[in-house]
Amino acid sequence: MSADTRTSLRPARGRATGGVLTTLTWLLALAFFFPVAWMAATAFKQENQAASDPPTWFFSPTLDQFRAVIEGGSGTYVANSAIATGVSTLLVLLLGVPAAYALSIRPVEKVSDVLFFFISTKMLPVVAVIVPIYVVAGQLKVLDNIWTLVVLYTAMNLPIAVWMMRSFFLEVPGEVLEAASVDGAGLMRTMRSVLLPMVAPGIAATALICVIFAWNEFFFALNLTASRAATVPVLIVSTMTSEGLFLARLCAAALLASLPVIIAGWVAQKQLVRGLSMGAIK
Amino acid sequence: MSTSTIDRLEGSRRAARAAASERAVSRAEGWRRRGPLLPALVFTIIVTQLPFLVTIWYSLRAQNLLRPGEDLFVGLANYVDIAADSTFRQTALNSVVITLGCVLVAMVLGIVLALLLDRPFAGRGVARTMLITPFLVMPVASSVLWSVALLNPTYGLLNWAIGLLGIEAVDWTSTFPVVAILMALVWQWTPFMMLLVLAGLQAQPKDVLEAASVDGAGPWRTFTSITLPHLRRYIELGVLLGVIYVVNTFDQIYLMTAGGPGTASANLPFYIYQRAFLGFDIGQAAAMGVVVVIATIIVASAALRLIFRSFEVKE
Repeated sequence: MSADTRTSLRPARGRATGGVLTTLTWLLALAFFFPVAWMAATAFKQENQAASDPPTWFFSPTLDQFRAVIEGGSGTYVANSAIATGVSTLLVLLLGVPAAYALSIRPVEKVSDVLFFFISTKMLPVVAVIVPIYVVAGQLKVLDNIWTLVVLYTAMNLPIAVWMMRSFFLEVPGEVLEAASVDGAGLMRTMRSVLLPMVAPGIAATALICVIFAWNEFFFALNLTASRAATVPVLIVSTMTSEGLFLARLCAAALLASLPVIIAGWVAQKQLVRGLSMGAIK
Repeated sequence: MSTSTIDRLEGSRRAARAAASERAVSRAEGWRRRGPLLPALVFTIIVTQLPFLVTIWYSLRAQNLLRPGEDLFVGLANYVDIAADSTFRQTALNSVVITLGCVLVAMVLGIVLALLLDRPFAGRGVARTMLITPFLVMPVASSVLWSVALLNPTYGLLNWAIGLLGIEAVDWTSTFPVVAILMALVWQWTPFMMLLVLAGLQAQPKDVLEAASVDGAGPWRTFTSITLPHLRRYIELGVLLGVIYVVNTFDQIYLMTAGGPGTASANLPFYIYQRAFLGFDIGQAAAMGVVVVIATIIVASAALRLIFRSFEVKE
């Protein structure tokens, strides 16, 4: 075989492998996505179609299950989740952004010790502190109180926010800050009109990560709430235990509960990577 | 005057200015710098460290919430009990199996998916969006989905699928409880690993890859001697963060198997939860918490050194 034919064969073979790889990619993507699609499809079924053997593939979709979930008193749970997620995320930013500033732009001494401390609290297993938190919350009469969850979710997300925001502050070019101080801008003005606008995308990414973790949190919510402060994950579990056989309704509830985070994650895929790596990966 | 003298003069003047400013930094400046940090630091210490000190205190006492009058100092008795508790050892082993199993399988799958997604093809964004979705599903919802819709012995989809191949129905969550939990966990964590590795692949300097192909390196050679070493940092980071999160797994175990049958699929978080909230045995649960933290510190101090290298933390 001459060298010529070999080189002309190459692109054809490359295209064939490319086709195989692309097909494989789609198959895997469909496989990973399938359980979510199945959950969504089941939510639109009647109960007898949802739990059928063999599975029902074709059906006329109904909104009955969604109606049952929404009208079945899910309002309190959603409101509690919204408060716990929203307020804790706000608190995390209020505490975390200045802290990150003090660990990057105008650093305190022993920056790496402080960073080490923050990250080490993420490694402290939650189960190791749940007992005293439960007992003390009981003595303070703040069990089944949504503000208890707000405080705990703030502590849970604060280390992530500090690390993430620090990585965004470190990206602000030094010349910008120098220029601001030469212009005589004070600390607050530099912060407000120069620094914050530059790290705004970082703040958004940090908020997204905090919202995901707080919205999905279950362990504290299970152990520290009962009827008044219970959040959405608790609602799903109680639906499962009380109405375990109502698979379609369960799927509708699970889908509705997951949708806010799914949509936020789809929209902000780039920020997601940075947030999940706590700012290490740009 | 030569330019180098000017440079030197300029340099010494700058050094003098730096020394002066360093002195000024001292006290007042030090506190001005610490100011923004303190609220976050104090809050974190109060909410995360104080409860742990209380945990240590409880671990030295015999206290059961069902018998409120009884609260004795028992020294290390709770720890002696743990050492003799075979369930504790089994759940510790389960913790290791579940954590390592999930992180390693998810990482391998994540690398494969990231490599597949790193090629240009029509609809790549859609495929990526589909692949990250499992990570975004609320863990409680995904546990329900797996245990009820997919793994249910009578109408679960997986049994229907293997039935097509002529395999008999399996009661997954009671026959293979750890495998069932791993399925749900790997499904959730593979996208996480994929995203980190994909970010690594996309940060690869293109000129190096081109140079390799010009030098006649085949795809496999390029992968093993250029791409993999470059990915190392991303893989380490993914494994480390994965371990931190997965070791605390609770939702899937609580909802899919309740740690059962018996304690066959319970991990340490679930076992401690059982002792504290179903057995109300505060002293025992606290002592187990302390043991877990000590074990975590040992593993974590090695891991943290790694994370600091990855993040290139500098003073």
